[in-house]
Amino acid sequence: MKIGKQTYFLDNKVYIQSAYSLAGPYEAKGNFREYFDSVMEDDEWKCKSHEMAEIQMQRYVIGECLSRVNVNPMDCDVIMGGDLINQIVPTSFSARDFRTPFMGLYNACATFGEALAIGSTLVNGDFDKVVCCTSSHYATAERQYRYPLELGTQPTPESQWTVTGSGAVLLSKKQGNYPMVTGYTVGRVLDFGLTDPNNMGGAMAPAASNTIVTHFRDTGRSPDYYDMIITGDLGRFGRETLHYLCKKEGYVLDNLNDCGSLVYSDEQKPGQGGSGAGCCSLVFASYLYKKLIDKSLKRILFVPTGAMLSKDSALQGESIPGIAHAVVIERED
Amino acid sequence: MEDKQYMDYIHTHAQKSSHVTTLVWAFLVGGLICCVGQAFGDIFKVLLPNWEQSKISALVSMTMIFLGSFLTAIGVYDKIGIHAGGGSIVPITGFANSVVSPAMEFNKEGIVLGMMAKMFVIAGPIIVAGTVSSVVTGFIYWIVELIR
Repeated sequence: MKIGKQTYFLDNKVYIQSAYSLAGPYEAKGNFREYFDSVMEDDEWKCKSHEMAEIQMQRYVIGECLSRVNVNPMDCDVIMGGDLINQIVPTSFSARDFRTPFMGLYNACATFGEALAIGSTLVNGDFDKVVCCTSSHYATAERQYRYPLELGTQPTPESQWTVTGSGAVLLSKKQGNYPMVTGYTVGRVLDFGLTDPNNMGGAMAPAASNTIVTHFRDTGRSPDYYDMIITGDLGRFGRETLHYLCKKEGYVLDNLNDCGSLVYSDEQKPGQGGSGAGCCSLVFASYLYKKLIDKSLKRILFVPTGAMLSKDSALQGESIPGIAHAVVIERED
Repeated sequence: MEDKQYMDYIHTHAQKSSHVTTLVWAFLVGGLICCVGQAFGDIFKVLLPNWEQSKISALVSMTMIFLGSFLTAIGVYDKIGIHAGGGSIVPITGFANSVVSPAMEFNKEGIVLGMMAKMFVIAGPIIVAGTVSSVVTGFIYWIVELIR
């Protein structure tokens, strides 16, 4: 059911039946260490390359997410997801090991939000079980967007650290003590002309603000309707900027949080925080999902954010467009 | 909010690197690397008293390049670079780092099309700039000599 300009409410109940998270060794020392389902002992994870490790991560996370609730991958209607690497190889390659139909998605770091929106719509329709999974890996993203790992470059204060991790969720019609996806606001691609690829929080904040404000205007809800509004990977500076932008539009977000700013502890000091397609899915499948299950969170607005740049577009002087999708996740009670 | 206004907000609010810390670190680490080079030069002079100065210099460069490459290979040089910035990029050890790090990174795509092809992705521009400027300088030198 369409509400307002860009928001949709689901008529049927779409449950998040299962979630599974896998964190890299550096993430495992962060703030959510006790929430992760499993932790990689090193970045390569006994694979030939970091790309192979990322494939293995997704394969593992999807497999564990399903086996946790005794669902055979062949009984799932579709696996959908994405990552940051060329031609979304980690996702597509991990899907070749499951005899399940597959759809690859790309919305940069907002891919998980896109997957939840599309997946929940499918389950709202005729699909019964849909797996949504995204991942990112520090080493593969560095190679994709920046420099070789061992090059002695100095990070700028605005830069973020790509999260090594992956999270998968199973959306299904099966009832139980599960949180539900009840609606979403699809975001627009917004570009305010920022060209610094090291300041992605600043590039994504306008898109996040636009999506969140549109969500409130469409639904008539106010920010305190939610226990938590949590964005994907804006980082500390991006989060402040988002707070400022929403305030200018008349919405004060006191319950605003950001997966990227939270994922690392203060001692780790990775610039502005974490980023990457796996950042929000990792935090969602670990911390947020567990909080939703034990009822300490009942209603959240989950807003994965993405910066749609490539290394070439940045070199050609193009500015960085951002995108954000807002997904409403709540409990029945 | 207009784009222009937003850019102004970003520029005034974004965190900037502290010039003082950056410069002091670069000065200290860069200076230390040069001191190590000088020390090797002095040691080689004592050990090899019959060698000319130009040979000693070449030997010092080779030693420093080896050290830069070695520290890159064992994963230490990038950690120095995080604090030192230009201090570890500008000396010859930084050049070694910029060649060895892509060689290691792209080794996974094979020896020829991976390592060999991509070895100079970072150092390439420096080599091109160096070669072109030396050709230009040589040409100017040649003209000046002709006129004299």
